[in-house]
Amino acid sequence: MLGEICRGLWLTIKHSFKNRVTVQYPDVKEEMPVGYRGLHKLLRWEDGLERCVGCKLCSAACPVDCIYVESEENDPEAPTSKGERYASIYEINELRCIFCGYCEEACPVGAVVLGNEYEFCQDDRGKFLYEKGDLLVERTEDHPELHARYDEKNLLTYV
Amino acid sequence: MANLLIILGKVLVGFGGLLLLAAYMTWMERRVFALIQVRVGPNRVGPSGLLQPIADGIKLMFKETIIPAQADKVIYLLAPAVTLIPALAAFAVVPFGDSVTVLGQKVDLVLADINVGILYIFAMAGIGVYGIVLGSWASNSKYPLLGGLRSAAQLISYELSLGMSLLGVVMISGTLSLKGIVEGQAGMPYIVLQPLGFLLFVICMLAETNRAPFDLPEAESELTGGFHTEYSSMHFAVYSIAEYCSMITLSAVGATFFLGGWRGPLLPPVVWFLIKVLAFMFFFMWLRASTPRLRYDQLMGFGWKVLLPLSILNVMLTAGAVVFLG
Ligand code: SF4
Ligand code: SF4
Repeated sequence: MLGEICRGLWLTIKHSFKNRVTVQYPDVKEEMPVGYRGLHKLLRWEDGLERCVGCKLCSAACPVDCIYVESEENDPEAPTSKGERYASIYEINELRCIFCGYCEEACPVGAVVLGNEYEFCQDDRGKFLYEKGDLLVERTEDHPELHARYDEKNLLTYV
Repeated sequence: MANLLIILGKVLVGFGGLLLLAAYMTWMERRVFALIQVRVGPNRVGPSGLLQPIADGIKLMFKETIIPAQADKVIYLLAPAVTLIPALAAFAVVPFGDSVTVLGQKVDLVLADINVGILYIFAMAGIGVYGIVLGSWASNSKYPLLGGLRSAAQLISYELSLGMSLLGVVMISGTLSLKGIVEGQAGMPYIVLQPLGFLLFVICMLAETNRAPFDLPEAESELTGGFHTEYSSMHFAVYSIAEYCSMITLSAVGATFFLGGWRGPLLPPVVWFLIKVLAFMFFFMWLRASTPRLRYDQLMGFGWKVLLPLSILNVMLTAGAVVFLG
């Protein structure tokens, strides 16, 4: 028994010379992998038009019903999206969201994606209701990490 | 007057130091654990997390004291003190350094050099368990009760062997006073003469202070928190301080009996004493991080069937050696 205890002690003392695995979080931040499911983003095409066509498939796929979409006809002179319609209201309740990624898989045009951002604490429940303006990116080019999610056929690379 | 001041000073330094050390043991324990588990440990409050024990203390002070409705309130509130006071008092007879000269007087760095020092320590350690049993009984709840019963049974089983393991040293040195024992080790520490005694002492000391692998009284996986399950706030803190104090005291006893107390080359005696005590404490923590907990019947069987015969054997061998070899 003593021999076994000594072996155990030797093992633990060897571990204490290893490199630490702790990430000193607020000081050091880790790069999230492709396919990380964080805060949602609504993407645009290269020409700046919104991808979302207001089809509500994401809303239907969502297991906890936390997406709310209302759609309207595009103005033919100045279209908002490439389809017939676009989402006039697009809200996600991030408190209810379970970050399953089904919305992302359901979307036919690759409009809604779960981004890499995970630091979105708030001090009030109301602030977790993200509206379209909060979710829509200015230019998709600014978010290379989101690009990596789609191949040239516009299919999710990691599903 | 000067005498009184010196005594007061010694008491303040001795007990203050002990309490401070006990508080910092929590920090050391967490750091050592982290070290072994390839983590970092508390490092945010102050440099290297050195202010963490103070922050923890403040936090505990501001917590609410919860008293279970069915508890025996007076005993429930007093029990932690019953554990802490003997744990502190036991330290009084441990010499933590050579004599120094203060205000033109020779002062021995021991709070009270009584000639039955080691018996006194055992008596105090024995009283300490009352605090645990009373606290667990007064909580009027099943987990603490089981923890308290285990603690009492464990203490009885291991105190015998603990005393026996030190008997060898007492026979060689011919004194019960801790100061005398340190003086007896001027040539070489008794660990050389009493290796078996030392081994037995370390094992019993773990059981006596309820440390892993003998931490049955607070086995969290089966008894949630053991005897202090119902305690919160400062009452809980007092229990854990008492536990660390008795660990330090027994480490000091071990250092005094087997490693030559404050003796050592070059560095001042107090520093040597601290180094030895800390080495013991480190071993405590290292062992806790490495070993699983014993089953209860194994613990009892080990105490009565292995440790006790071995310690009796050790006593007899030592007695024979003292008689025949001088
Ligand atoms: S990630 Fe899942 S839960 Fe969250 S919005 Fe998308 S479908 Fe709903
Ligand atoms: S995000 Fe996609 S699935 Fe949801 S409404 Fe817009 S186009 Fe349809």
